Amino acid sequence: MSEPVYIAGAFEHPTREAPEKSTMQIHAEVAAGALDDAGVSKDAVDAYFTAGVPEMEHALTPLMATDYLGLDVDYADTTDYGGSSYVSHVGHAASAIRDGKCDVALITLAGRPRSRGQATGSGTRELRTVQDSFERIYGATNVTMYGMAARRHMHEHGTTSEQLAEIRAAASHHAQYNENAMYQDPVSVEEVVDSPVVADPLHLLDCCVISDGGGALLVVSEDVRAELSRDCVEVLGHGESPKHHDAGRIDITATGAVESGKQAFAEAGLGPEHVEYASIYDSFTITVLEAIEDLGFCAKGEGGKFVEGGTLRADGDLPFNTDGGGLCSNHPGNRGGMTKVIEAVRQLRGEANPEVQTDADVALAHGTGGSIATRHGAATLLLGTEGSA
Amino acid sequence: MTDEETWGPRPLPDVSPETERYWAAASEGTLLLSYCSACDLYIYHPRARCPDCFEETEWAESSGDGTVYSFSVAERMEGWPEEDLPLVVAYVELDEGPRVMTNIVGCDPDEIAIDDSVSAVFRQTEEDDVAVPVFQPS
Ligand SMILES: [Zn+2]
Repeated sequence: MSEPVYIAGAFEHPTREAPEKSTMQIHAEVAAGALDDAGVSKDAVDAYFTAGVPEMEHALTPLMATDYLGLDVDYADTTDYGGSSYVSHVGHAASAIRDGKCDVALITLAGRPRSRGQATGSGTRELRTVQDSFERIYGATNVTMYGMAARRHMHEHGTTSEQLAEIRAAASHHAQYNENAMYQDPVSVEEVVDSPVVADPLHLLDCCVISDGGGALLVVSEDVRAELSRDCVEVLGHGESPKHHDAGRIDITATGAVESGKQAFAEAGLGPEHVEYASIYDSFTITVLEAIEDLGFCAKGEGGKFVEGGTLRADGDLPFNTDGGGLCSNHPGNRGGMTKVIEAVRQLRGEANPEVQTDADVALAHGTGGSIATRHGAATLLLGTEGSA
Repeated sequence: MTDEETWGPRPLPDVSPETERYWAAASEGTLLLSYCSACDLYIYHPRARCPDCFEETEWAESSGDGTVYSFSVAERMEGWPEEDLPLVVAYVELDEGPRVMTNIVGCDPDEIAIDDSVSAVFRQTEEDDVAVPVFQPS
């Protein structure tokens, strides 16, 4: 049994549009929020984690960010799997703490795509990578890639647009209780499938919001946790897996969650049947559907049937994204992994919105960052109330 | 063969020493793949070493024939030429094996289905030795 590691602080920035702030300012605000939440002083932070800063390419991120934030750390990690990065960072922080490299790891995310007018899902961008010359030139955007995945899933497994819409409907049901959510009105399955087509077969309401904001987490060692008075959440298991095009052999109906989930469950000594709440990355409805199958909540191809009938609602068999998720509440900086962890922490500490609070002792937070139809990072965390392991 | 339509004003590929032969072959109407004889593997996108075994690859001509693996029809796309919408972004599974990202052209998007047979055509760019393969129903 490895040394217990805890999430002691979690903070989601309430803003969804911040034209008056800088991105680094939001990093500082969420850092302060997570430290306050944990009751830990800034001076205690000895490790820092973040992914790249979208507005600052080639920024030498750990140097720029620790400088701006005035962090005096002995360990830093800027692993960038896109939106799933922050789920990975919790696992990396836990490993670093267990290795004796650090005791108090701060993880921050901030971004302002909404204020910058970024066409995140449907926009093209300049070519940056080797693969872009074989993909982007054809109009490979986020939404066309996830659209292809949805169509192939429909072809192989008979999944329907209505089944995908169930995912948005459940998220919107939860968002009505979140005063910070971008879209608070519940929507029906019919409203989702009747919304404009963005990249057939995906509709506008199959897609996540574009929002400014950020979040932060504080991961601490057992010794540090012993000094704290607030409820903490135990990190029970972590797994991650980059999945790619594989020289042309890619299967776009399955994700890296097959591996990351297996690793996380093995480390925790748990299975899908033990998960009482799940935060599942929801860049698009199809992202959730494939992850549910790949994490083992149902068999491959059965995701469509699984989500029917309110399964994902707070009172259903697998309550998911009770903050409204990226589909309705927040997708800060186009990177939703952070808020996935934060809502799982809220659920385990009994700090979710009362109408959607479950009595979960074991929660899962899963990220899918990048593109499901080309290459993406999958990262899975299993979290528990203290003593649940 | 190169089709009469040209590629511009869509984005031009970045041509590297590793890939210039691929783009030049396209301008002469041939779709090239990388091939690893050690693995008997056709590789896309092309690269100098096999991603399975790291042996050096050789160039191989593809038939240019394949079937639609999946596709999505974009009704809008920021920064994309308006006259090129709706745009059919697709994966075509070549007869040699690899699934390649491309566009399906020369037909009504409503008439495309997964598993349809397609074959490569080539669109010349403003650069003489750079053409871009796309696919149309065969
Ligand atoms: Zn090989």
